[in-house]
Amino acid sequence: MFGLDKKDLTLLLVVALLTLLAPFILNPFPTGSGLAQFNAGYPDLMQRFVIFGIFAIGFNILFGLTGYLSFGHAAFLGVGSYSAVWMFKLLSMNIIPAIVLSVIIAGLFALVIGYVSLRRSGIYFSILTLAFAQMSFALAYSVLTPITNGETGLQLTLDDPRILGASATADGSIPVTNLFGLEMRSAVNMALGPWNFTFSAGYYVCAVVMLLAFYLAIRIFRSPFGMMLRAIKSNQNRLNYTGLNSRPYTLAAFVISGMYAGLAGGLMASMDPLAGAERMQWTASGEVVLMTILGGAGTLIGPVLGAGMIKYFENIFSKINDNVLHGWFAWMPDGIEDLTVTLIHPFIGKGWHLTLGILFMLVVIFLPGGLVEGGQRIMRLFRRRKATEDDQTKAKQPAE
Amino acid sequence: MSNKTLTRRGVLKSGVGIGAGVALPTIFTASSASAFTNEPTGSSVTLGFNVPQTGPYADEGADELRAYELAVEHLNGGGDGGMLGTFSSKVLDGTGIMGKKVQYVSGDTQTKSDAARASAKSMIEKDGAIMITGGSSSGVAVAVQGLCQEAGVIFMAGLTHSNDTTGKDKKANGFRHFFNAYMSGAALAPVLEKLYGNDRRAYHLTADYTWGWTQQESIAAATEALGWETVENVLTPLAQTDFSSYIAPVLNAGADVLVLNHYGGNMVNSLTNAVQFGLREKQVNGKNFEIVVPLYSELMAKGAGANIKGIVGSQNWDWKLENERGDKYAGSNAFVKSFGEKYGFPPSQAAQTCYAQTLLYADAVQRAGSFNPCAVAEAMEDFEFDGLGNGPTTYRGADHQCFKDVLVVRGAENPSDEYNLVEIVEVTPVEQVTYAPDHPMFAGGALGSCNAGA
Repeated sequence: MFGLDKKDLTLLLVVALLTLLAPFILNPFPTGSGLAQFNAGYPDLMQRFVIFGIFAIGFNILFGLTGYLSFGHAAFLGVGSYSAVWMFKLLSMNIIPAIVLSVIIAGLFALVIGYVSLRRSGIYFSILTLAFAQMSFALAYSVLTPITNGETGLQLTLDDPRILGASATADGSIPVTNLFGLEMRSAVNMALGPWNFTFSAGYYVCAVVMLLAFYLAIRIFRSPFGMMLRAIKSNQNRLNYTGLNSRPYTLAAFVISGMYAGLAGGLMASMDPLAGAERMQWTASGEVVLMTILGGAGTLIGPVLGAGMIKYFENIFSKINDNVLHGWFAWMPDGIEDLTVTLIHPFIGKGWHLTLGILFMLVVIFLPGGLVEGGQRIMRLFRRRKATEDDQTKAKQPAE
Repeated sequence: MSNKTLTRRGVLKSGVGIGAGVALPTIFTASSASAFTNEPTGSSVTLGFNVPQTGPYADEGADELRAYELAVEHLNGGGDGGMLGTFSSKVLDGTGIMGKKVQYVSGDTQTKSDAARASAKSMIEKDGAIMITGGSSSGVAVAVQGLCQEAGVIFMAGLTHSNDTTGKDKKANGFRHFFNAYMSGAALAPVLEKLYGNDRRAYHLTADYTWGWTQQESIAAATEALGWETVENVLTPLAQTDFSSYIAPVLNAGADVLVLNHYGGNMVNSLTNAVQFGLREKQVNGKNFEIVVPLYSELMAKGAGANIKGIVGSQNWDWKLENERGDKYAGSNAFVKSFGEKYGFPPSQAAQTCYAQTLLYADAVQRAGSFNPCAVAEAMEDFEFDGLGNGPTTYRGADHQCFKDVLVVRGAENPSDEYNLVEIVEVTPVEQVTYAPDHPMFAGGALGSCNAGA
């Protein structure tokens, strides 16, 4: 079905099921309980999961397939966001034109940056992309202030023209982003006993786009084009000596991956119509590299898992403060309670980066293939037969 | 070949299945339609404290959080009650807000608009916060204020000094107690004239975002009215930590006053650089070279150490205010006492404004008799109060800005201890810093109408 073989189809269906049921899966704890702290099933975070999933899927098309490590991918995300917000300001609050424009503009940007950067490979390519991204950041942050509104971030105002829509709603507020009338902000709450699940329109729009993006990525991975990209990764020199010009392939991969980033940026702005320059900063570019490696570079599902993991830490662990800890350990004797809280303190709240760093180190050292390898190892423990199959596929890979 | 044999097991199975299917809708009790976003239904109400815990304004953020915790304690009847005792409105009785116990969640804005909005969103969507407050950067305040307007909750701005917060970017759901750049300019100008004369050439270094822009505009307008000349205005990135390269050209430009439109860690670094370059010992155009820092705080004075001596700026509040200027500023001492007893040092102006904002919100809810943002906003608009440390104050309804006296301060020459680094030069009366809601520096925005969400 869909031109996929059985294994990929199963993967696609599993991902589809996971994303569509995410409001349930991510809210496993009853609202009132102490563990509700760890619930991630609220619209903003779920949207971030799938949007950064798209971003990481796109990055993986470049990094996972061709091996070209771009350190400036956040620039395309930022460009996409700015384009989308400008579309909301000038044209209408419908998200379709905004997303289309953000993909196109990000693609054009990627074409220009890729054309220059791809003249080099390896570390030089990474540095070039980093330089371009920092340039874009500096432009957005101060030079192009009339277009980007600098540090404050580009926002909607009541006096935007919005040619195909209203500048302001009847009651004098800024209209909200919508998909042909379906407001991105609208959500339905469902109370099920002590649980509370939120189904947000915005999330499901993002989820559908993510599934499409994921499907497209599978097709690219399995296509002759994808095979060519893998060939570039395994040995570009050898490929060049066969008389084949690999540049158009890498450029195409770069542009596709830039368009994915633009799509993510456009979606982000559609969910929350604001674009800030910090989206383009090098830390944001580094984040997508971490996501991809944490999840498993070169695998289909890995980047999505990595994106989810990092966003979960950023939004859930950073919200745990000493107050919450004292609540958890209240049953301990006073002295030991304080000691426990002091010991855990550096790893929570603003220390979430530390926890994530440790986790990242553990993954890279013990599971070089990322979370996907972890999953595979667990599977292998249960199914010995699967293990032999995997060994066979490994043996099929070309020798370096 | 189909098998239509009815087995006992099959009948049982499908019976259970159908039964469960029929029963399913009854446990889906859709949550009751609430009148506004996050209507508190239980015995408690959640406030969201969104402050910078990392980045250039982290010190201010930490002090804000302390003040919020203190305010929650006082609202719930703990501690000595702080400014609740001196507040002119007496509806708050230490039983929480409208009998509901006050709880809070905190988040890190990272001094980035994106991160601040994400943090505020999770407070609203996940934790059910009914009000968001905090922020130590006008960029963040403007971004979060916009979000709160869309989501339909009240935003009580913390430390934000840009004219835009209650000017171009004002929102019906947002309120600001802190003073603004225009007020700083209006309060500083007479003092600068007295100290440095009418013939000065000013060079501005300005933090490159909404606050820096509007402050530079305000100070330049106020000083040019005195007859000063603005030689140049250089924008510096907020994330900058070393300002040496910006300081070097100042003397070459022929300026004799350096205006640092910087705040927090930025100001500490730029001032230290300027002093290291020996600017303060220089003579230019036959006059002593002077440095002005229009927005000041004790935390910055502490960070800058001896470099701050003799440097003039403005403040919203100072912990010594009631001691030095009398009963008009009642509440200051009560607040300093309870803050000092809890944390061991006097509060900063950031702490005071955040504490006051929390109390003002609680009071408005109590007076309105509802948590509905529209009712709360109505109760807050044109509300006149006293006893929160700033003297008689009005929350102007036209732009949701508080109007009160402004302090002009100077770095102490011989501070007795680290808490007396700043001395009050003058208290500018509120009439002198009041402006019309349609003043050109504040024009271009509209409050819109209040949004209750849901």
